[in-house]
Amino acid sequence: MAVSHLTPQLTRGGLSRGRKSKNALMGVMIGLGTALVVAPLILIFGFLLIKGVGALNLDFFLKNPAPEGEAGGGWANAITGSLLILAMAAVLGVVVGVAGGIFLAEFPRHRLMPTIRMLSDVLSGIPAIVMGLVVYALVVKPMGHFSAMAGGIALGLLMVPIVVRTTEEVLKLVPLSVREAGLALGLPQWKVILSIVLPAASGGIITGLMLALARVAGEAAPLLFTAFGSNLVNLNPLQPTSALPLQIYIGATSAYDENQRLAQAGALLLITLIFVTSLLARFANRPRR
Amino acid sequence: MNETLPRKVKLPRLSSRGDGIFRTVIIGLSLIIALTFVLSIVLLGQQSWPAIQEFGLGFLTTNVWNPVTSEYGALSLVMGTLLTSFLALLISVPLAIASALFVAEYAPKWLANPVGYLVELLAAVPSVVYGLWALFALKPLFQQVQLWLYTSNPDLTGHCIELFNSNKTSLPCFFMPQVPTGLGFLLAVTILAIMILPFTASVARDVIRLVPADQREAMYALGATKWEVISLAILPYARAGIMGGVILALGRALGETLAVAMVIGNTPEIIKSIWSPTATMASMIANQFGDAREGLQRASVVGLGLTLFFVSVFVNLIARSIILRMTPKGL
Amino acid sequence: MTQLLTASNVDIYYGSKQAVKQVNLNVEKGSVNALIGPSGCGKTTFLRAINRMHDLTPGARVEGQILLDGQDIYSSGIDPVEVRRRVGMVFQKPNPFPTMSVFDNVVSGLKLAGMRDQRALMEIAERSLRGGALWDEVKDRLKSPATGLSGGQQQRLCIARALAVEPEILLMDEPTSALDPASTAKIEDLMTELKKVTTIIIVTHNMHQAARVSDTTSFFLNGDLVEHGQTDQIFTSPRDERTEAYVTGRFG
Repeated sequence: MAVSHLTPQLTRGGLSRGRKSKNALMGVMIGLGTALVVAPLILIFGFLLIKGVGALNLDFFLKNPAPEGEAGGGWANAITGSLLILAMAAVLGVVVGVAGGIFLAEFPRHRLMPTIRMLSDVLSGIPAIVMGLVVYALVVKPMGHFSAMAGGIALGLLMVPIVVRTTEEVLKLVPLSVREAGLALGLPQWKVILSIVLPAASGGIITGLMLALARVAGEAAPLLFTAFGSNLVNLNPLQPTSALPLQIYIGATSAYDENQRLAQAGALLLITLIFVTSLLARFANRPRR
Repeated sequence: MNETLPRKVKLPRLSSRGDGIFRTVIIGLSLIIALTFVLSIVLLGQQSWPAIQEFGLGFLTTNVWNPVTSEYGALSLVMGTLLTSFLALLISVPLAIASALFVAEYAPKWLANPVGYLVELLAAVPSVVYGLWALFALKPLFQQVQLWLYTSNPDLTGHCIELFNSNKTSLPCFFMPQVPTGLGFLLAVTILAIMILPFTASVARDVIRLVPADQREAMYALGATKWEVISLAILPYARAGIMGGVILALGRALGETLAVAMVIGNTPEIIKSIWSPTATMASMIANQFGDAREGLQRASVVGLGLTLFFVSVFVNLIARSIILRMTPKGL
Repeated sequence: MTQLLTASNVDIYYGSKQAVKQVNLNVEKGSVNALIGPSGCGKTTFLRAINRMHDLTPGARVEGQILLDGQDIYSSGIDPVEVRRRVGMVFQKPNPFPTMSVFDNVVSGLKLAGMRDQRALMEIAERSLRGGALWDEVKDRLKSPATGLSGGQQQRLCIARALAVEPEILLMDEPTSALDPASTAKIEDLMTELKKVTTIIIVTHNMHQAARVSDTTSFFLNGDLVEHGQTDQIFTSPRDERTEAYVTGRFG
């Protein structure tokens, strides 16, 4: 960085009025810019709080949606559906994601390593809706109908690259000397990785999992052609199922006030859950003293 | 300690035989990642094959989307995707950099941390929630503005509607609303800009924090003001990294689906004004795949997905190479 | 005395670079053997060959023969895990397993190998911690995290952990270089005790330490084993002038 050629400009005649006011102006602009960045979050949360909190009653959690145009009803179908789909997604995301992270961190010389790392990175950028199309062709089409499982697979595949990345990063934070100590005790490598290295990294891995889960919990696009939606509570993985984000999409674009009202309540619930999960994940990952 | 240790313990026999199994399982599971990638191309390719055969590359360069005549060309959707994304970037990048500078350079710690958290939460807000908010909170505002533009210039409005109807536009008309519904291009751009803000902001913050202290101090020692330090030392140093963040955000914007689908108006036409209803590739998939008939229409919609897939792979590889190149060694 | 370990014509390479050249060394059972020499002389490289730690370093290659109790540890039928079970190691920096308690650390080599008998584990833990001269300091906090111990205590914990699997040989790679003088003295005292139960090979930068604790000393320089002999002889009447130069502090 060549700083020297700037010297004359900077030192000429002390701090000029122009430089001083420019400095102040840019400071104000940066402050304003930041305010503009955080404003939407506050506006969105405030809006949902005002509009949605009234509909978040017991019915909301216990009842299924009322028939179109009728008042009342709730989102029991979406809440249970989200739990079902996310549970399946989590299994896929954890198994493949953690395995992938272990592969990248513990077998860095394997000839497939660079390819897997690159593909994982690239997959993290694939739009969620495209993943929905892929899983439609992979699962829904052969099965002949939509299912919670298809939704779970779509969300799980979206989780994988996030989990891979965080797992790899935290595994690499475990010092090499800890691995060597385990091996020097005469433990096989798999024991050392599973029983010593992985537990040492578990805090970070769990944080990564929670963040990944929070991220896919809000995805509706990949569920459109996989889980599809249902107005009833469904706990069968092989049947179509609703989910919170899906129901929000349907409700928000519905012509009926009642559906819109419930959608705002659902959005408030979803966003609160996601915020709590994100903050908890961050908090849990603070280094302990 | 007079005790002697030797061979009191009966040890379970251990061997490294488990290592081979473990390695195989780990690699097998990791290969699912590669398999996902390959399957994506194969399945999307297979499903969109009829459209590829029928239209070839012309699919991306012709402007027609007509299920009645079974003609599909994605030009308006490609344009919609590119225009919304780039305009959203244009709006969000300066703001993102401002907030990154604020967090990294200006704010005291008690303020910097909460602002950092808020930016991260912004990244966690789901697309549908952005869409819902845009639909219920922003759309009425946009509609007000459109109505005001409509009614305050009746002559221009009439002129423009004629132009629009004959599929033309002019410079003044480019800022006149087409149909005063509130929905359309500008609302989509606005919500997209907000959505991608946190991605650029957090990458920018991280790279700005990586700027070595001596770069700053050297400038301060020359008597530079804070802004001069930022514009002459920090930003040039962090430029490549910020660029990486911008490209990641671009990837996000290109594939963003539901928030856009909810507010863009979903009309496969090239915009004639900043208010025009239009569509993006992703919003079109969301809207048409479910109802699309088997055959050419469905294949064309999947063709949009395949295009998006390759575009996002391409954009990601670029961002990756930029970030790899600028990451300091040993980090 | 019996020869527990015999190294003959050992060459070690990192890629094309040779780090250890034609080393021949005998180690007797129940002795403390010091490997000394300036940084980069190959002493640690040689030490790590004795429990096949190089298997994990890509590009590293060991040639020649290392016999443990008459058996070549590099012959094809030998499992490196088995070798490491018989040849334990203590490292430069204390490296207790971060998520485990003091107790779990000590018995980790047994517990993770599938030993479940709590009574036996407890006995072994006590014996090993006594062996590591740490029992009195930690007996009331066996269940607390190992990372809460001081650096010196952590290193003795690592010694106890290595002892718990009853290695025939204990390799120590500059075990006191990260410790304060008081902790160093404790570990040096410990080594003379440990001779009764195992055989020690220690790499050290500290010549006084080598002189104080070891029975035999080997001087390495640029990958060669320059001189090997009884510690007294090496320090008082070295045969090679390079050894003399080193032990009298003229270089290194």
